[in-house]
Amino acid sequence: MAIPSPSLSADPRVAEVLVRRRRGSISGGVFRGLLMAALVMSLLFLLALIVDMLVEGQGVLLIRPVEFLTGNLNSNPALAGVWQGIRGTLMLALIVAVVAFPLGIAAAVYLEEYAGDTAYARRVNINIRNLAGVPSIVYGLLGLTVFVKILGADGQGGLTGGRTVISAGLTLAALVLPVVIITAQESLRAVPAGIREGALALGATRWETVRHHVLPAAAPGVLTGTVLSLARAAGEAAPLLVVGAVTGVFFVGAQGFFEQIFSGRFTALPMIIFSWARLPAGQGWNSLAGAASFVLLIMIVVVNGVAIYLRNRYEQKW
Amino acid sequence: MAQATADPRLGADSPDALRSDPRKRRTERIARLVFMSAAFFSVVVTLAIVLSLVFEALSFLLGVDLGALFEMGWFPRRGLFDVRTLIVGTLLVTGIAMLVAAPLGLGAALYLSEYARPRLRRSVKPMIEILAGVPSVTLGYFAISFITPQLLRPFQSDVAFFNLASAGLAVGILTLPLVASVAEDAMRAVPQSLREAAYGLGSRRMKVAVNVVFPAAISGIVAALVIGASRAIGETMVVAIASGATGGSLFSLDVFQPGQTMTAAMAALGAGTDQVRGADNAFQSLFFIGLLLFAITLGLNVFGDRFVRRIRERY
Repeated sequence: MAIPSPSLSADPRVAEVLVRRRRGSISGGVFRGLLMAALVMSLLFLLALIVDMLVEGQGVLLIRPVEFLTGNLNSNPALAGVWQGIRGTLMLALIVAVVAFPLGIAAAVYLEEYAGDTAYARRVNINIRNLAGVPSIVYGLLGLTVFVKILGADGQGGLTGGRTVISAGLTLAALVLPVVIITAQESLRAVPAGIREGALALGATRWETVRHHVLPAAAPGVLTGTVLSLARAAGEAAPLLVVGAVTGVFFVGAQGFFEQIFSGRFTALPMIIFSWARLPAGQGWNSLAGAASFVLLIMIVVVNGVAIYLRNRYEQKW
Repeated sequence: MAQATADPRLGADSPDALRSDPRKRRTERIARLVFMSAAFFSVVVTLAIVLSLVFEALSFLLGVDLGALFEMGWFPRRGLFDVRTLIVGTLLVTGIAMLVAAPLGLGAALYLSEYARPRLRRSVKPMIEILAGVPSVTLGYFAISFITPQLLRPFQSDVAFFNLASAGLAVGILTLPLVASVAEDAMRAVPQSLREAAYGLGSRRMKVAVNVVFPAAISGIVAALVIGASRAIGETMVVAIASGATGGSLFSLDVFQPGQTMTAAMAALGAGTDQVRGADNAFQSLFFIGLLLFAITLGLNVFGDRFVRRIRERY
């Protein structure tokens, strides 16, 4: 105890020395053990998850790791790889970053810096919180109706071209938008009013205050929130299922990265795992699904871990 | 006016109204307009969700024989739309999930808030956040590759490969971090003075945790459970992978057999939206179930939100 804590509960020994009766301390110890077991169990799940994926996928991960990561989908389990899925997931993440981040951060700036405590702002806030709780598959129905059918002319051209990467990406952008807004709002709210007042007092306009002072001060928190929501979008499969990601084998030919975004057939890493996991056991698909799950899990845990680490490192205490 | 300057974020009669440089005033107006339309966009998304659900759901209700909503099972491609099958499946999965998430999540939260040293909490909380970020397909795969063969088979030998119980347990693991973090926030919001008063009267730590902190944080704890349940109801991929019953399901209460939830039924219909179009009303039923799911989770979230705001008001 380098820094003495002012509160009793931070150092319970003080209280427990005062009342030491045998019976009480046994039940207290049991209770404490039970609570600790709940915590340890929760963390064990994470470990069990990683170990299970590794064990199930070892046949693929150890024998042909490079071919697995760079190969295309194939109807032969001995040749199938996940490159198309990784590529699709990267495309989707790019669209989400381009669409949802600016929109979400701008909405948060409006609600925190411009709107004040008006009835309209309160209603928009409640609306955003409710949007964040809508199940992801319902967003899939939104994407199917708006991006595939209305904007995509149901596959007959249109703005999005129907069941394309761009339709799926916009659907995922709508899905993470409320999360981006809420986390950005929290970071903006943590910036002390003194910084705004100082800028305004020196003659800055509100926009100048936001651009030069509030946003830079809130940047670490805003960035972490956006990265976490990006990881959520990358792991999501339910909306893609509805919007029309491919679950079987497909070929895109020699299409470039940006060409494919508007032109159709695509898949994503979570979709590949879904389709492989459901194939009958005993033909090697299970171990492929395990290996692909391991790849996705590691990708997302690393992205999340880096974002959380950076937030804790650069978090400002005002 | 005095109040407007006290909080620079307030209202229209802000310093900007006094500015004389017309270029700056124009930039200011444009910036405000851009931010405002971005915020309004979230309202547009909500309206788009509701409208895209309502129209197709209505055309389903108008087109279908209402008796088919209470038939023997959910087989959309054969015109049997027994909603009870899906609702019971959803309740079973959610119930099992909460049996995992409620005790473990609340226990972990109580330990972190009342017992753990600051250093332990600082290293454990990020791990819980990472668990919260685990993709649901991965947990679906975990359900069929680990939970069913390693956890369920030893106790129940006739458990099917795809079953509702393993899906429910996996959904519980997925919901656990959410329950833990919302509940922990509520417990830490309990004022220190309440704990100190109890210690001052000679209470032990367990007494304080159970009789002081838990009741004081009860609205936040209820909110954590309600929001957790709402998340469990809406979880799709775990159930779509682990519960089986792709084409449909008979009404059943057996959790060790394949079953169908609202979300899994939607995933099965959605995965084949091309083929489904021919079948009578099968495509529209996707939207009807979607509307039902939207209404249930919205109701739970509004209810949970009210509890969250109550703790904020009290302290």
